[in-house]
Amino acid sequence: MTPERARELLTLVEGVTTIEGTAPIVARVQPEAWQATARFAKDTLGCAFFNFLTAIDWKAEGLEVIARLDNLEARVSVQLRTKLGAGGTACPSLVPVYRGANWMERECYDMFGVEFAGHPDRRRILLADDWEGHPLLKSYAVDTPHPPYR
Amino acid sequence: MPDVRALDYTGSERLTMNMGPQHPSAHGVFRAILTLEGETVVGVDAVIGYLHRCHEKLAETLAYVQYPTIASKTDYVAAMSSELAYVMAAEQIGQFEVPKRAQYLRVIVGELQRIASHCLWLGTWCMDMGGALGGGATIFLYCIRERELVLDLFESLVGARLLYGFHQVGGVRYDLPDGWVQQCRRTVDLIEQRLDEYEGMLADNPFFTMRTRGVGVISAALAQDVGVSGPLLRGSGIAYDLRRAQPYSSYGDFAFDVPVRPAGDCEARYLVRMVEFRQSIRIIRQALDGLPPGPISSRPGVKSLAQVKVPKGEAYARVEGPRGEVGCYLVSDGSNKPYRMKWRGASFSNLAVLPHILPGTSVADVVAIMGSVDPVFGEVDR
Repeated sequence: MTPERARELLTLVEGVTTIEGTAPIVARVQPEAWQATARFAKDTLGCAFFNFLTAIDWKAEGLEVIARLDNLEARVSVQLRTKLGAGGTACPSLVPVYRGANWMERECYDMFGVEFAGHPDRRRILLADDWEGHPLLKSYAVDTPHPPYR
Repeated sequence: MPDVRALDYTGSERLTMNMGPQHPSAHGVFRAILTLEGETVVGVDAVIGYLHRCHEKLAETLAYVQYPTIASKTDYVAAMSSELAYVMAAEQIGQFEVPKRAQYLRVIVGELQRIASHCLWLGTWCMDMGGALGGGATIFLYCIRERELVLDLFESLVGARLLYGFHQVGGVRYDLPDGWVQQCRRTVDLIEQRLDEYEGMLADNPFFTMRTRGVGVISAALAQDVGVSGPLLRGSGIAYDLRRAQPYSSYGDFAFDVPVRPAGDCEARYLVRMVEFRQSIRIIRQALDGLPPGPISSRPGVKSLAQVKVPKGEAYARVEGPRGEVGCYLVSDGSNKPYRMKWRGASFSNLAVLPHILPGTSVADVVAIMGSVDPVFGEVDR
């Protein structure tokens, strides 16, 4: 497997809208194709290594979830990105594909409020259970008193 | 939490035990809610987040010039690696050059940091397994003694022993003081001899072998699935080291071996780290021999907050820290602060493997396994 071959194969996956770069290969996918593309990356592209999952808050454009998957032997890295749309928080979970997604998705829920459908354990992971809001959202105010901790 | 009902239940009373966050062997603020059947662990619920300082949010409010010193505070046992990951990400987006001398200095401090970090790991881990190793405190004190020598080197270089602020976008902040190179050579020579002593104490110790061999096995498939990196990944038989796979800071100039052990148990992780000690010393010697002259920063004197602006774009820079892949994912909107920063802490992913390997082990093994993972909590919950 080479990055070029991986790019070619990714173009065949349904739901992949654009592909850029080679290190990493950045593939933008529809939220509906999120899990299937990750499974394709694992099974066909050999990306067995689950590197990380996170999100970016693009303000008016809404949240974008990002996952990085690596094929350590062939040195192929794939970065999957999916936009949840303005105000959208629903995203399919990658836990059925990668066990490493468990804690990462919990963190992503904790920090951004992304609801991962099919996640086995949707609890906050870094903040207290009764924390209000999701701190990494751009709308989260940092300079005002925030109950009950400040 | 794994479904305890799925395990074979023999009918005895089940006990829930809190291990941590204050347990002396819990390696920082980690709370494991263990479900026990006798001495056997049948369920684990890991609770983290006691230290959480919202590093990522903080990074979005601080300029590129300000954050590297804060980056130290994620993995405070190996501050040099996290600082490097952050400045490398900013350098990648801005395409800032780093002079050769600065690259070598980054390698030297990075490898010294690996030695210092592994010293702390070995000492505390042996202390965890305590009684079986004739108290365990002996080797702890030995390791701390050696770690202090490395910290002396850092102190004479940057004036600090734990949190450095050594790296900056475009290079490093300080050049070597007089006599530092000789002091560094003496230190690594001494540590190399002491490593033989440690191995003499541990490798031939039947208690040590019993506590570590075959304990806490992480298979190669599980390691990749969870995203475990560093000595844990290499202890599970996967030859992957970022210094070799994706050489940064002139690592391509140096000869070194990447140790791999197939067993995936605590002993394999121990053996990998012991080889890494020696390989770090080997790299340091080569870097000191070939230290090029010249400037230490392509952007000297950059101090004001507005001076470092990074063009629009994003980058993911990663460093092989003592615990594994320390990554920094930066998104820039063209201002002097990152729009978004994500820490990929090695400890976070490494620790996430525990719920998969602890069920079926005994309580005493939990301590040994947790120590062999070597988590630093500043990096787990950031």
